[in-house]
Amino acid sequence: MRIPRQKYFHRPNLTQTFVAFFTTISGITVFNYEFFKQVFLPPYEFAQIKKHMDELGVKTLPIVSITGFIIGLVLAMQSYPVLQRFGATDFLPNTVALSVVRELGPVITALIFAGRVSSGIGAELGSMRVTEQIDAMEVSAINPFKYLVVTRVIATTMILPILTIYVIILAMFGGFLAVIITENMSFEYYKNAVVGAVQFGDFIPGVAKTFVFGYIVGIVGAFKGYTADGGTAGVGRASTTSVVLDSLLILIFDMILVKVTLVLWPTLG
Amino acid sequence: MADTWLVKINNVSKAFDDFKVLDDISVTIRKGENLVVFGQSGTGKSVLLKCIIGLLSPDIGEIFIKDKNVTKLNTKELNEVRKNIGFLFQSAALYDSMTVRENLEFPLRKHTTMTQKELDEKVFNTLELVSLENAIDKMPSELSGGMRKRVGLARSIITDPELMLYDEPTTGLDPITTKEISDLIISLQRKLNMTSIVVTHDLICAKIIADRAIFLRNGKIAFEGQIDDLTKSTDPFLINFFSDEIIKQ
Repeated sequence: MRIPRQKYFHRPNLTQTFVAFFTTISGITVFNYEFFKQVFLPPYEFAQIKKHMDELGVKTLPIVSITGFIIGLVLAMQSYPVLQRFGATDFLPNTVALSVVRELGPVITALIFAGRVSSGIGAELGSMRVTEQIDAMEVSAINPFKYLVVTRVIATTMILPILTIYVIILAMFGGFLAVIITENMSFEYYKNAVVGAVQFGDFIPGVAKTFVFGYIVGIVGAFKGYTADGGTAGVGRASTTSVVLDSLLILIFDMILVKVTLVLWPTLG
Repeated sequence: MADTWLVKINNVSKAFDDFKVLDDISVTIRKGENLVVFGQSGTGKSVLLKCIIGLLSPDIGEIFIKDKNVTKLNTKELNEVRKNIGFLFQSAALYDSMTVRENLEFPLRKHTTMTQKELDEKVFNTLELVSLENAIDKMPSELSGGMRKRVGLARSIITDPELMLYDEPTTGLDPITTKEISDLIISLQRKLNMTSIVVTHDLICAKIIADRAIFLRNGKIAFEGQIDDLTKSTDPFLINFFSDEIIKQ
């Protein structure tokens, strides 16, 4: 497999920028094609997938815990005065729950995950590339793409939905904390309002799109690292550009997936 | 014919953009022979090794290992050929997230069905050959440059390859360690009856290892013959190239 690699130019002119853009697009396309070609072929490297899921999950847990809690807390604090104007403070749990489940939980978790994990994958594989460790694997008749890329992408795809559910639950607790500070509401009432507001149709598309976000985080980080060159500077570039590209793709795909969801389940609109 | 030679390189050329690195190279390496490839930096020595192992494809020409033309093989077939080849990288290229033991076990776990006890025994015996059995549980970052080279060498020979490719095995090492590594390479070659292609510009290393040498210049073979003939050449370029090395000795 020959993956088109983008050449680095310190101050690229318009033509070089244009060529670099299309080289990245073609490189990612080939990379995705190679992933789907290899993911179903043995060996399956389950031990590596489990190891990466452990590492990536544990690595991201503290930061997503704090983020999830704060999202719920701030959202409830911000929504309260607005709802108060309309005499609708009873709907505060519903507002927090629907916002977090349908949009904020999945997207913010994915963006945090991208910042924490994709840069790490980019740097790790980039460093392995420039120190010839990937070549060493290849000359030992071991498929480095399967061992290094496929396992990581599966791990990010599987772990992000789990983290998102965890963030949603924490955000609900954060929201509850804000509610009991501002409004005299019992936990029982809050819980019933949340459970009543969130339907199956809200929860499933929200969590399902995180599989796509998880895949994006894994494949972009791996692509940038796997195709890194130019020594340690190349490793740095792989790390930072993977986060930038991830964030952009997560927001673009979020827009597309929201539209797809509304077409498939018009009642959600 | 195939029983007298192991590697045959026929009219190989390779260019990067407009720069021709290898230009119509042809050389045959006999079984059990140690060929040293000399040349200035950037003359395509490492590119030649990478073409032999299939990391790079030549633009023109053929490379045979035994009866297999590596330039025409698919990945699966190429991997079968690679199982019989060891490659020592200039930087040793140890997997830095694994211990020395795991580095050595890695190719065996992938290509054999050895039990843990057999793996332990094989790893220990191979590390003993390079006198590093005490470093078995160390991480690569805890090793010196010479030790890393020796672990890299151990990892390359653990699958008992027929052909060893060395990319600058002594670069960056002091003269004593250079001699140690070179002696180790030659003793392993004799013990395991391997064929070797060694890319270097280190005369100490070459004198210990070489049965035959070639000198690459401007992508072509400028000299082919015995190492002594190479160092005694009257070609002003070769005299200049080896003068520093001779002074060092």
